Amino acid sequence: MLDFNITDKKDTRSGFGEGLAELGRSNPKVVALCADLIGSLKMDAFKMEFPDRFFQVGIAEANMMGIAAGLTIGGYIPFTGTFANFSTGRVYDQIRQSIAYSGKNVKICASHAGLTLGEDGATHQILEDIGMMNMLPGMTVINPCDFNQTKAATIAIADYQGPVYLRFGRPKVPNFTSPEQSFDIGRAWQIHNGNHVTIIATGHLVWKSVEAAIQLEAEGISVDLLNIHTIKPLDVDAIVRSAQKTGAVVTAEEHQINGGLGSVVAQTLALHAPTPVRFVGVKDSFGESGTPDQLMKKYGLEASVIFSAVKEVLRQKVQA
Amino acid sequence: MATSLEELKKIATQVRRDIVRMVHAVKSGHPGASLGCTEYFVAQYFHHLRINLSAWNMDGRDEDIFFLSNGHISPVWYSVLARTGHFPLKELSTFRRIDSRLQGHPTTHDGLPGVRMSSGSLGQGLSVALGAAQAKKLNGDKMLVYSLHGDGELQEGQIWEAAMYAAHHKIDNIISTVDVNGQQIDGPTEKVMSLGNLRAKWEAFGWTVMEMNGNAMEEVVLRLETARSITGKGKPVMILMTTSMGKGVDYMEGTHKWHGVAPNDEELAKALAQLPETIGDY
Repeated sequence: MLDFNITDKKDTRSGFGEGLAELGRSNPKVVALCADLIGSLKMDAFKMEFPDRFFQVGIAEANMMGIAAGLTIGGYIPFTGTFANFSTGRVYDQIRQSIAYSGKNVKICASHAGLTLGEDGATHQILEDIGMMNMLPGMTVINPCDFNQTKAATIAIADYQGPVYLRFGRPKVPNFTSPEQSFDIGRAWQIHNGNHVTIIATGHLVWKSVEAAIQLEAEGISVDLLNIHTIKPLDVDAIVRSAQKTGAVVTAEEHQINGGLGSVVAQTLALHAPTPVRFVGVKDSFGESGTPDQLMKKYGLEASVIFSAVKEVLRQKVQA
Repeated sequence: MATSLEELKKIATQVRRDIVRMVHAVKSGHPGASLGCTEYFVAQYFHHLRINLSAWNMDGRDEDIFFLSNGHISPVWYSVLARTGHFPLKELSTFRRIDSRLQGHPTTHDGLPGVRMSSGSLGQGLSVALGAAQAKKLNGDKMLVYSLHGDGELQEGQIWEAAMYAAHHKIDNIISTVDVNGQQIDGPTEKVMSLGNLRAKWEAFGWTVMEMNGNAMEEVVLRLETARSITGKGKPVMILMTTSMGKGVDYMEGTHKWHGVAPNDEELAKALAQLPETIGDY
């Protein structure tokens, strides 16, 4: 059913903040670290309630990753908080050696991912983070689609043993998933069943895919819509099953096409079910300053672009 | 573990033999600073550290824990870990070979007892050690955290992020040591990237700073005791440990040339002639 009752718009980072505060109450092993962005990451509630389990690191993200790795030795579950750019690109080697290769149970929580960070511009708008984290052996990569799902994901990853990259964003977006959802790491959420085309989306692009699917259905195009909130480990079965059913796939993400969801879906399909694919994402460029809406429009991360990509891939499917 | 000074010196000679033999056997590895830090490792593991050898575990609750940040001096650490029963002595012969737990740089990846983080890419170990020290505080664990760093490693910026953090958060259950051997791969630190006044730098960052001659066993033993006695006073503790790179093998001593080079057969024989077998080769 695409008939969602949108009650409100909320930012996914607030879902993280609420989830973290709940974890503070339910799990005494959860600790949090922040590199001078408490307000932006919505970590105030956790800090207020659990000051002894909160560590201000200052503007020193490399150190934060190491401190987090160390806190796992002795049984703690550290959640680090900073912007996605400073959570990945800036500290790739620290994550690689001290967390991933060392097998540490650190949860790297990254806000302001992608273009929708907005006016601060390209220096802060990372569009390569999913790719970097995906390449690390043993890393779990999660990119939930709305407030409720981000909150559920935040709570779920505390019970998962191993390093996790949790990616979310800055702007208020439609909050359409259930507040009571259970978050299954690595399991795709089938939003809608259809036969003609598959749309595979992650993060903020999931809602835009819902909008595109509503338009497509109105034209009689039946859409199989998957929310891939976990990019690694990827739900290969769900993707292959859907591609075999529809024979045409469109991916959508607020990330570079190179190395992101589109890449891993294409790789999966090439191996298990070769299928025509179109990719909606950023095409090998940096972002720039602007409002989130302006940027999403300029860089082609819109429902209308997903709609066109579906039309295009369906033409290829017919030719084939 | 209480071991006499004479005993510790004997063990140190054997550990030095292990180092040159291990590196020679695979024609690779880092003998220079391994030899320079031998007294430190032997004093720590055979005398000073309060560790539970019979039940090594990652969390190290209620025991002292040690982190090696300059991971390239793995030969000396592996030798001492093996000789304190962390893993079978014969495993030293697998150093740097395919399918070994004794990787060129230490890792937790293969579950080698004694190793709690991977190190090799420099400058990361102090942060990890500080996190572990904070975990001890949260757990009400009164034991201490130790870390060892190279002096060249201090050129990495993360070290100073961590130095600042330790003082700000009053992490006073850590004793870090810098191996001041004055050498790095490309030459003397003074020429490559001079470190300036290290005591003044660490003091300015809020640490209590001690100095010691890292190649005098008696002094290492005593100074480690002193360092322990000044923990718990609101400040992290730093030991600036002067050593001679390549100590114990005359032709390797005091030069950067043996930082990461293995001796050939002839050179090995010359080295072993200076390092008599004391408690048995692996």
